[in-house]
Amino acid sequence: MRSTGDKVRSWGLAVWSAVALLYLFIPIFIVVLFSFNDNRGRFNFTWQGFTLKHWADPFANPDLAVALKNSILIALIATVLATILGTFMALALVRYGFRGRGVVDLLVFLPLATPEVVLGAALLALFLTMAVNTGFATIVIAHTMFTISYVVVTVKARLEGMDRHIEEAAMDLGATEWATFRKITLPMIAPGVAAAALLASAISIDDYVITSFNAGQTQTFPLFIFGATRQGVPPEVNVLATSLLVIVLILMGLNVLLQRRLAAREVRRDAVDEPETAALVPARG
Amino acid sequence: MLRLSLRRRRQLLPWLFLGPGLLWLVVFFAIPLLNQANVSLQSGDAETGYAFNWAFSTYTNAISDYDTQFIRSIGYSATATVLCLIIGFPLAYFTAFRAGRFKNLILLLIILPFFTSYVLRTVAWQLILSDNGWVVERLRDVGLLSTDGRLLASRTAVIAGITYNFLPFMVLPLYVSLEKLDRRLIEAATDLYASRVTAFRKVTLPLALPGIFAGSLLTFIPACGDFINAALLGTSRQYMVGNVIQSKFITILDYPTAAALSFILMTFILVGVFLYARLLGTQNLTEAAF
Repeated sequence: MRSTGDKVRSWGLAVWSAVALLYLFIPIFIVVLFSFNDNRGRFNFTWQGFTLKHWADPFANPDLAVALKNSILIALIATVLATILGTFMALALVRYGFRGRGVVDLLVFLPLATPEVVLGAALLALFLTMAVNTGFATIVIAHTMFTISYVVVTVKARLEGMDRHIEEAAMDLGATEWATFRKITLPMIAPGVAAAALLASAISIDDYVITSFNAGQTQTFPLFIFGATRQGVPPEVNVLATSLLVIVLILMGLNVLLQRRLAAREVRRDAVDEPETAALVPARG
Repeated sequence: MLRLSLRRRRQLLPWLFLGPGLLWLVVFFAIPLLNQANVSLQSGDAETGYAFNWAFSTYTNAISDYDTQFIRSIGYSATATVLCLIIGFPLAYFTAFRAGRFKNLILLLIILPFFTSYVLRTVAWQLILSDNGWVVERLRDVGLLSTDGRLLASRTAVIAGITYNFLPFMVLPLYVSLEKLDRRLIEAATDLYASRVTAFRKVTLPLALPGIFAGSLLTFIPACGDFINAALLGTSRQYMVGNVIQSKFITILDYPTAAALSFILMTFILVGVFLYARLLGTQNLTEAAF
């Protein structure tokens, strides 16, 4: 029997967790709510009444549309670059012993342990010294630089958990190194690479600090919002942010449904394949 | 065509794989840092330009001029990290052990706020804590805040903002290390007559250390260099070293001081990470964390 102390503790834990989750969501509620605010003038600070007018035309502000387009483009290019460069680095680090590993590990680790403000400032100083004009290209360079390490770490984790014997078996059966890589290694690390790409694009699209140093005259979504704080962030920003949340929720919901169906099919197949053992193994909850 | 022996190819292949990424990191990370070291030792002024002359005075001046912001950064970040741990540990524990079939849903809820822009979430806090906002008015009604009392533009607001923004970075590594934990060890401890509290202190907590380590670093390091929270939720009296570096670089064009401050911050963090790893006692912690 559980004591009253345990019960209190267990309830306390649940309530504490609920409050913590609520804390995470308070500003999100505000962002969503104020996308429906019938604001007067440019300020969107106080609740004036319900309207759908901002939802009717979220791209009414041309600067905002450009900023968003830049953010998405930068994230796409930087993600592709960082994912390719980082995945190959992870392959080399996990698969091959070579001299100078320590230096490479350090070079991958250091950007993660450096505050963004230092990374951004250092890069800008280089661009200034080399008289490079900052803008779209320099943002891409900066984003690629600081997302590579995240890709390496993520893909490395996947590679380390992988059974090497499968690749060896493929090569023993006469597959060339390239065929083995294409048909065995790549499909097996694909979830890790996808996770890394997702992480890289999320970091890139949301970055303010490094971007603010290297953007020149180019606007991105976070830069636009920060710049707009003085005169009031236009409600269209809230509309776009809310839309993104809804899209993510739908995608995640679909993913859950898909996984559930796959799991159900698996269970059915197991039950057909091994009726006795399936009945003997206790359900894990 | 040049045919290389298999052995030779084996030696070249890793460098072929590493090459492009490594080159990118060297050119856009290592060289900028070295260049930054050079800049930090220059002297001069924004109009006539700066020249390298081993000006170590930049460092001593930077420290004496901005020690307040520096100590403030460390204090705010440390406080926020501890708060994240206090708020996040029970949440991670609940998710790992008690959430049952809601586990994935809760994890989803923890990462969902990430999909709203960081700056926008902070702007939302600005709105929530604003002087004529609902929260401040209610607090004034019940007398918890004086009639001219404010929440915005205070130390509390900045620390709360940092805590908020980095909370998921604390919760996720904590969750990962708790989830991996072999629950039979806790059962064994209670079977051997350890109280629940003792079992938690002697089994759960030590095994969650890699998560605590990773979470603290993922919270503390970005918090130390953050300037968005101080800029949006505070005033110049709450400015952190990130704000100084940013304004020195972008507005005042005092590159040497900004570079020197960057280096001091980076050195402090690296030394701090090292000492923290030693303090928690496991040498492989860094590897476990990254």
